[in-house]
Amino acid sequence: MAGMGGRMSTVIKAKISKLLDRAEDPSETLDYGYQKQVELLQNVKKGIADVVTSKKRLQMQSQKLEQQVVKLDTQARQAVSQGREDLARAALERKTVAQTELQSLDTQVKELETQQEQLTENEKKLKAKIEAFRTKKEVIKAQYSAAEAQVKISEAANGVGEEMADLGLAIQRAEDKTEQMRARGQAVEELEAAGTFDDLTQIGGGQDDIDKELAQIGAGAQVDDELSKMKAELGSGGGEKPALEEGESK
Amino acid sequence: MIVRISGEGQFTLPDDDASRLNELDNEAVAAVEGGDEAKFAELWAQMLALVEKDGTELGADELEESDVILPPRDVTFAEAAGEFTGEGLIPD
Repeated sequence: MAGMGGRMSTVIKAKISKLLDRAEDPSETLDYGYQKQVELLQNVKKGIADVVTSKKRLQMQSQKLEQQVVKLDTQARQAVSQGREDLARAALERKTVAQTELQSLDTQVKELETQQEQLTENEKKLKAKIEAFRTKKEVIKAQYSAAEAQVKISEAANGVGEEMADLGLAIQRAEDKTEQMRARGQAVEELEAAGTFDDLTQIGGGQDDIDKELAQIGAGAQVDDELSKMKAELGSGGGEKPALEEGESK
Repeated sequence: MIVRISGEGQFTLPDDDASRLNELDNEAVAAVEGGDEAKFAELWAQMLALVEKDGTELGADELEESDVILPPRDVTFAEAAGEFTGEGLIPD
């Protein structure tokens, strides 16, 4: 059934054939090239390991962002309770950015998970096919004349070869994808470095005025709380709100 | 006939499905060329559905070359545009 297939499938088939041609004669590889098979399977394992590494990295980024979302939310609440809508808005804006990033990271992690499962599954399939070939070859040799056997064995070898080439293609694709995600991950890191998702109470360089004010409100609220507690413990002042200065920079 | 979904596996389909699959394939490429992402997605889903409905997965001990090899299930519109149209018809 040569020449079968539409334009998409023809291109894919040509790609697979090209990978096959680049490899050595599959029947030779299968017959004598145990080393080659081991190499191939190691390649698959490496491909899978790369996917897992990328996945872990994205998961860590995602955890960090989750924490930032919680912190920013808390800060927004504090700001609201202090009547500082402007600060609350700033915190919520950052929270939104962090949440959007988080969603896209989660999608990518899921994608990588699927890819990892698929590659693992395919690796198993290929191993099974290689084993089947070893057995089949002996059966064919016993059943057919030498000339016929050669044709049949070479057909079977092409079947396994296609499986190998297709797995090679899948690994290439997985590597391209993880490469893209790495680039994307770097972009997120740059956003982080620029302070886009920063905990607004973090003290250090690069803080803007909004950061400082929010930090002060947070600290101020904590001081108020502690002071109320102390007053209550000492039995003085009752439930009155302590008249504490907001801070010198206000 | 034997159809492979790249990155997934091989399926045996009745030979009668060949022309339908072929037709859908060419329509899908035409959709890509026309920049119609929704249409492409729909046609691609139809192709997969056809393989799933009529196909039987080949056993691990069956060593056959495929008559038709389809792209990976999660092929994107962008990939299709890059690979299956115009210049992309000449594989790299």
